[in-house]
Amino acid sequence: MASVFGRPERFKIYWRQIVFEVDKIGVQSIGIVALLSAFMGAVICIQTAAQIESGWIPAYTIGFTVRQTTILEFSPTIILVILAGKVGSNIASELGTMRITEQIDALEIMGVNSAGYLILPKIVAAVFIMPFLVCISMFLGIAAGAAIGDFTNVISMADYQYGIQYDFRPYQVGYALVKSVVFAFVITTVSSYYGYYVKGGALEVGKASTQAVVYSIVFIMIFNVILTVFLLL
Amino acid sequence: MIEVNNITKSFDDIEVLGGVSANLEKGKVNFIIGRSGSGKSVMTKCIVGLHEVDSGEIVFDGRDFTHMNRKKRKEIRKEIGMLFQGSALFDSLTVEENVMFPLSMFTRTSKEEMRDRANLCLQRVQLEGKNHLYPAEISGGMMKRVGIARAIAMNPKYLFADEPNSGLDPQTAIVIDNLIKELTYEFNMTTVVISHDMNSVMEAGDNIHFVHEGKIWWSGDRTEILRSGNQQLDEFVYASKFMKQVRDNLER
Repeated sequence: MASVFGRPERFKIYWRQIVFEVDKIGVQSIGIVALLSAFMGAVICIQTAAQIESGWIPAYTIGFTVRQTTILEFSPTIILVILAGKVGSNIASELGTMRITEQIDALEIMGVNSAGYLILPKIVAAVFIMPFLVCISMFLGIAAGAAIGDFTNVISMADYQYGIQYDFRPYQVGYALVKSVVFAFVITTVSSYYGYYVKGGALEVGKASTQAVVYSIVFIMIFNVILTVFLLL
Repeated sequence: MIEVNNITKSFDDIEVLGGVSANLEKGKVNFIIGRSGSGKSVMTKCIVGLHEVDSGEIVFDGRDFTHMNRKKRKEIRKEIGMLFQGSALFDSLTVEENVMFPLSMFTRTSKEEMRDRANLCLQRVQLEGKNHLYPAEISGGMMKRVGIARAIAMNPKYLFADEPNSGLDPQTAIVIDNLIKELTYEFNMTTVVISHDMNSVMEAGDNIHFVHEGKIWWSGDRTEILRSGNQQLDEFVYASKFMKQVRDNLER
C-alpha cells in the first residue's frame, strides 16, 4: 500500500496514465451504464405503477419511488457492482498477465515503483470518474422512468415531475456520490491486489480475476451498510 | 564487476541456493549454466534484487547491494539492463515507446532526443523501421532484439539476459548471442547470461559458472569447460550428440 502511494518518478507520465485510465475505466463504461440505467429506470417505473393500482396511493408515488430507488441504491450501488465485474476483472487480469509475463519485474529492474506506476493511476482515475458515471446513471434512470410512464400511460408527466421533486433532499445525492467514491476505491484496490500478486500462469490469472470481482462485491456490500448507517441515520 | 558472496535462498523451507559465490567480471560475457531447476534463475533474480537473499552479499563495483535501502537500490537498478526470457515488452506500447520507456521515466531529455536514442538502439539491434509496431505484431526473435534495445537504452553498466535464446531458431539464436557479445565489448558492460544452451555458451561465453543443486560446482572459461573433469558438468555439457562429437574430435 505504501509503495502504491509513494512519490511518483515522473508526474507527467503518471498524469498521462491517469488520463488513459479515465478513458478505459470511465468513458468506455458509459455505454453499459446508460443501457442498464435506462432499462432499470423504466422497469422500476412500471413495476411501481403495477403495485399501486389500488387508487388511494397517489400517482406521483411512482416518480418518487423511481427517484429514491435510483439515487439511493441503484445508481451508486448496483451500477458499481456491475462495474466491479467489468472494471475489476479487467484490472486483475491486466496486472496478473503483466506479472506472469515478467512485465512487472521489468519495471522493478528499471527502478520504477511498479505498484505506484500501475495501480495509483487506476485508483485516481476510478475515484474521479465514477461519480460522473453515477450522475449519468441517475439522470438516465429517472428520465427513462418518465419516458416509459408517459408512453404506457401509467402516469402523467405532471404527476411524475411532481413525484421526482417531492421531498427532495440534495443531501441524498451527496450520500450517493460519497458511496460511489468509496466503492470506486474498493473496486480498484481489491482488484489490483489480486492481479498484482498473482503467482503461476494463465489459470491463476483467471482465478485472480474471479476473486477480484467476488471480493470487490463483498466489500461493496459491507461498505454500503456502514456508509448507510453513518450517513443516513 | 559483480561479486556474489555465499548467498543462500530458500522458499518455504526448500533450499534453492545453498551458499553460492561467483565473480562476474566487467567487459566479459559471464554465463550461468545448469539444468532446469538447478537454481540459476533464482540466483540471477537474487542478484538483481527481485528476490531477497536469506544470507550472503551481492556487491556491484564495491557497492553492497544486499544491505542497501530501497532508494539506493533504485540508483543501482538504473544501471542494470535486463532481457527477460519472454522479452517482457509492454503490450500497450509500440516498439519505439518500449525502448523510450526507461528514458522517459528517468531522464529529462526532450522527446526528440529520446526518439533519436531509441532509433539508435533499434538500429544497433537491426530493427530500423519497426518503431510503430506493437509487440504482438513482431516475431519472437524481434521481441528479443527489442528487449535488448530497451535494456541498453540507458547505457547500462550491467546487462542480464535470462535464457535469451529460448524459443528461437538456431540462426536467430546466433544473431542474439553475437549481439550480446558485441554490446558487452562495445560498452564494457558486466554481462550475465543465464542459459542451458551449450551452443550459446561456446559462441559467447567468456566466464562460465555451472550451477547444480543450488551451488556453483564449476567455474572456468569455454576452453576449459570441455575438459573440466567434473562429472556433473560433463553430464550436462555432453548431453547432446553434437557436443559428444566435439569431444571425440578433440580427443582425436
